[in-house]
Amino acid sequence: MAAPAARKDVAAQVRRLVTAALRDPAGVAELAPGELDLTLRLMRRAGLLGRLASRLGERGFPPALPRIAADQLVSARVSVEARQRAARWELDRLAWALEGAAVSPPVALKGCGYLLLGLPNAAGRSFADVDLLVPGRELPAVEARLRERGWQPTALSAYDERYYRRWAHELPPMTHAEREVEVDLHHAILMTTARLAPDSALLLGEARAVPGSRFRVLAPVDMVLHAMTHLMFGENLSDALRELVDIDDLLRHFGRREPGFWQRFWPRAEQLDLARPAFYGLRYAGALLGTPIPAEVAAASRAGAPPAAVLGLMDRLAPHALFPAHPDFPLRRSALARTLLYVRAHWIRMPPAMLARHLGYKLYARTAQPRRA
Amino acid sequence: MRTVGSLAPASFASLLAAEGLGVRIGPFDFHVRARVSGLAQPLQDLYRDYPLLDRERVFSAHVAMRETWRLRGGRRVRFSVDGRTPHDDMPRGQALAVLEWGLNLVVALRFHGFLMLHAAAVERNGRALLLPAAPGHGKTTLCAALAHRGWRLLSDEFGLLRPGSPDIVPVPRPMPLKNESIAVMRAFVPEARLGPTITGTIKGTVAHLPAPAASVARAAEEAPVAWVVFPRWEAGARLALEPIGAAEAFLAIASNAFNYETLGEPAFDTVRRITEGARCYRLVYADLDEAVAALDALAGG
Repeated sequence: MAAPAARKDVAAQVRRLVTAALRDPAGVAELAPGELDLTLRLMRRAGLLGRLASRLGERGFPPALPRIAADQLVSARVSVEARQRAARWELDRLAWALEGAAVSPPVALKGCGYLLLGLPNAAGRSFADVDLLVPGRELPAVEARLRERGWQPTALSAYDERYYRRWAHELPPMTHAEREVEVDLHHAILMTTARLAPDSALLLGEARAVPGSRFRVLAPVDMVLHAMTHLMFGENLSDALRELVDIDDLLRHFGRREPGFWQRFWPRAEQLDLARPAFYGLRYAGALLGTPIPAEVAAASRAGAPPAAVLGLMDRLAPHALFPAHPDFPLRRSALARTLLYVRAHWIRMPPAMLARHLGYKLYARTAQPRRA
Repeated sequence: MRTVGSLAPASFASLLAAEGLGVRIGPFDFHVRARVSGLAQPLQDLYRDYPLLDRERVFSAHVAMRETWRLRGGRRVRFSVDGRTPHDDMPRGQALAVLEWGLNLVVALRFHGFLMLHAAAVERNGRALLLPAAPGHGKTTLCAALAHRGWRLLSDEFGLLRPGSPDIVPVPRPMPLKNESIAVMRAFVPEARLGPTITGTIKGTVAHLPAPAASVARAAEEAPVAWVVFPRWEAGARLALEPIGAAEAFLAIASNAFNYETLGEPAFDTVRRITEGARCYRLVYADLDEAVAALDALAGG
């Protein structure tokens, strides 16, 4: 394969192909075969191949699409549909398990929430876990009921177990003995040690019932704010672009369909102590995916901006970390950007001494045990 | 179309190590790049009859392999697909087997557009014989024997079907003979050019028997399943080929599939079509010649 003329061209080509495939899925059929090949590899890497397949398949694959490409897209769609089926079935079993328990209906977060509401970003979206938010005081009852009905916590090292129980915003993942889907029970959307402290009671207070379901979902503004928080606090940067795509889809959808969505957006971000992730979420969705954001909301969001020097750095790191690496020409600069953002995600979640201890332990665990590729 | 064998060994080796090369294997177009000393020659031998592809196209997957070194463990090889490594590095001496198993893994994970059975398949007079079996039941050995006794090799590992169709999509590959099977097949097909003998793999000693050239040349010709035979090799057993009912066959085929649950309803429909159109049997055998004769008789001599 011929190396691109310059390093800069690699990143630019990746960005051009990925954004084009997101904006105009049918357009991929018109790409030169080599570019279509690279597009499929990048979308697969970003966890967005299922989404591309589902958008393309709505009216049947374009006849110009080579069979080898269609085979990969069909497969991605089949995989995503299988995962979604598994998630729906897990929700069904969870509803059965919690029947009669003296607990309020849990709130299905992220993927499951999108699925229950049939939101546009649910189509073709791949996801692994079922995430539920329950009030902290009900957590022991919910956990006990799930254990009674066949769910078991994942076996963890003593360190990880303590980490979850003491500091995390969720219990160690649980899995039913007969199935593979992980269930994460959350009592908050951020770690208890994080610098920001969104009040779970506020989120639960505004949660909405889903017709025909025993689960609730976050209110539209809260749902978007949660996605933005997850993007900026998440440590799993390989999913970051997919999360930004969620944010873009949700903003476009609710902006049109949900009365008063934009008027409520910024005040709610401030009320929930999520101004910083909301600022970043709006900024990068707008800059990288062209999300339409009302001028007054963009202006108000400046209140959540970090100091200029930090913002300058983030603006340089974010595109590197968000877009997938070129599979044949990974850039050292992009890898560095991902490492820095990984450290940042931890930095804002834990006080410095605890962070040092945690990263030290993780480094020790990685070097002391045989390394997995 | 140019084949892998049409390249001079030196050009094959340098292409493989530098920009990589495209190879068509049944319905899959793979891009393969490998920088592992000693790998090029056996690889070119095993794949000499396969079509060579130019670079400007969509590939089913880009696989790569390179050497690594570790203080404990010594020289190893790392298999990767589209820049990701699905498993730990393996001893360098096993490079060829690791690459072959890597391709299997890629197929099993990436092509849910097919119903994928863990089965060998061969064809005669336009009709396919499907041999689904668990590992260790002698599926590959039996398939290799049939492929050298008048049957066309469709696949030794994956019985691929497009949902709703009873036709097997051929994916002829080198057949990994294991342990005692290696000597058995050397005796059965004295003219066979086996790949290098690789010892100490997780499946023991392995040597690859290339797919017959005629099978590779006809890899685009699909064939409907006419017979399903569940083979089981058993030392000293008397040959037994017994018909089984459609319901039993259905369950056995469904539970043999790699992706029955992932595919869902189309998988059910496809297995139903197979059992409606094919006669199904269980085969217990100890002697390869006897087993081949029994299956020949099934297909009308």
